[in-house]
Amino acid sequence: MAPSVDNLGVDDSFGGPMISLRDLRVSYSGREILHGINFDVQRGETLVILGGSGSGKSTLLRTLVGLEKPTSGEVWIRGKNFSAISEVERDEIRKRLGMSFQGGALFGSMTVGENVALPLEEHTKLEPTTVEIMVRLKLDQVGLSGFEDFLPSQLSGGMKKRAAVARALAMDPEILFFDEPSAGLDPIIAAGIDQLILELKKAFHMTIIVVTHELASAFLIADRMVLINKGDVVALGTAEEMKNSKHPRVRQFLDRIPEPAVAQELDYLQMLTEPSSKSGEGRQGKSR
Amino acid sequence: MEFFGKIGSSVEGSLAYVGSLTSLAGRAAYFTFIGPFQGQPLRFQRAVSQAMEAGVRCIPILSLITFFIGLILALQAAYELRRFGAVSFVASAVALSMTRELGPLITAVIVIGRSGSAFAAELGTMKVSEEIDALETMAINPVSFLVAPKFVAMILMLPCLTIWANFMGILGGSVFGVLQADFTFWRYIIASLDALFMRDVITGLIKSFMFGVTITAVGCLEGLNTTGGAEQVGRSTTRAVVMSIFLVILVDLVFTMLFYFLGEH
Repeated sequence: MAPSVDNLGVDDSFGGPMISLRDLRVSYSGREILHGINFDVQRGETLVILGGSGSGKSTLLRTLVGLEKPTSGEVWIRGKNFSAISEVERDEIRKRLGMSFQGGALFGSMTVGENVALPLEEHTKLEPTTVEIMVRLKLDQVGLSGFEDFLPSQLSGGMKKRAAVARALAMDPEILFFDEPSAGLDPIIAAGIDQLILELKKAFHMTIIVVTHELASAFLIADRMVLINKGDVVALGTAEEMKNSKHPRVRQFLDRIPEPAVAQELDYLQMLTEPSSKSGEGRQGKSR
Repeated sequence: MEFFGKIGSSVEGSLAYVGSLTSLAGRAAYFTFIGPFQGQPLRFQRAVSQAMEAGVRCIPILSLITFFIGLILALQAAYELRRFGAVSFVASAVALSMTRELGPLITAVIVIGRSGSAFAAELGTMKVSEEIDALETMAINPVSFLVAPKFVAMILMLPCLTIWANFMGILGGSVFGVLQADFTFWRYIIASLDALFMRDVITGLIKSFMFGVTITAVGCLEGLNTTGGAEQVGRSTTRAVVMSIFLVILVDLVFTMLFYFLGEH
């Protein structure tokens, strides 16, 4: 069922790590958000990126899919240095990535079916009838059969997320990225999304990267977890290793201990008085 | 000293803005004129629906306004001309000012209000709801997918709308001509056409083409530059309208001067 994609220089039998980060640094208007991140993600692995608000985890995800440019360091995806290759090569790799955005990011002027069909129409030469079948298949996979002709505005929050996953799956990606998959959903719907991620992992052996701060969901789906705090990797390990970690920041995050009030206020004041903080504010707000 | 520093940085800002406008228009032009020959087909269906929205649906309001403008022009011209007993020159006065200046300009202003603002709002909303990011992660170029169809629609529709506006303006003027200046309808139309040279119409159309490029570039750039939330979309839309009107008048000035000095020879 894999659509016929031109594999411009992309090796199908790539055996190394799917993603490698080498001393990755990202700054917004002079203010460094990520301070030298290093880790690898293996094929078929589900990695959960944990972190509080403003920790830089969303920026990390955006850098992984190429929406932000690193100021230094490297992002290697399937053995290619993502920031050093040509636009054409980057697009070829992007066709093998799927991304499910926090709010779904479905195109409001198109139906759910058209949303899912879009990458297929843009990147493959499939017949319209084949595309239609593919769309039905993808919607079936996420439990949305029969919703082809609905507009995104007619769907509930959880259905929008599912439709977004269907669109991310359209090109049969090798790596699937999720930005806060359960944000804003009630526990039952959120559990359904977790279930969907587990099913995708089992059925397609996909490499999955999930950014979240929902602990229950993280422990359910993760093979390994990485905890980001203020732009640094604090801890990296399996769910078990994380549970047993003695690192104070990990303990604080997992045991849900609030920040001491004084420290928090000092931090806040420091943020306000830092010279470049004003210009960085807009971007921070956006990256959520 | 600080004063000059401020002037310097605002000039720098303006040049940077014009630079990004030119770059966006250039990329849109690339996807329109060169892309199709390099295996990146133009999204014809999207261009057609944009042309319907920006062009065809604009006709009723454009007709009404330019009809009134033509009538106003006739009244204003006759006010002065009748002192010299030259009321019959009303036809040529209206025809010339419509085709050379007001036809293209009024059309541009109406299109800015209808479509320039809509472009900024549409792209701004898509930007803040991460739809533009989604396109990029799907390896779909947002300029090719969103801007180029609008660009095609505008550079085709604006000259067409301008021709229609010219015609409606002359029609508006004819009401005065027939009722107050002893013209018959057909004699008024013939007098208008006699006053016009091809050059007048062509220069107006060249301007309207440039207006189309300007309006699309400003509307789309403001939309794509939106950051933050819904409130910012509103701000982008306002900026798009104000900047478009300003730049359209600036482009108008430049081209009118150009035609003036070229016409000397």
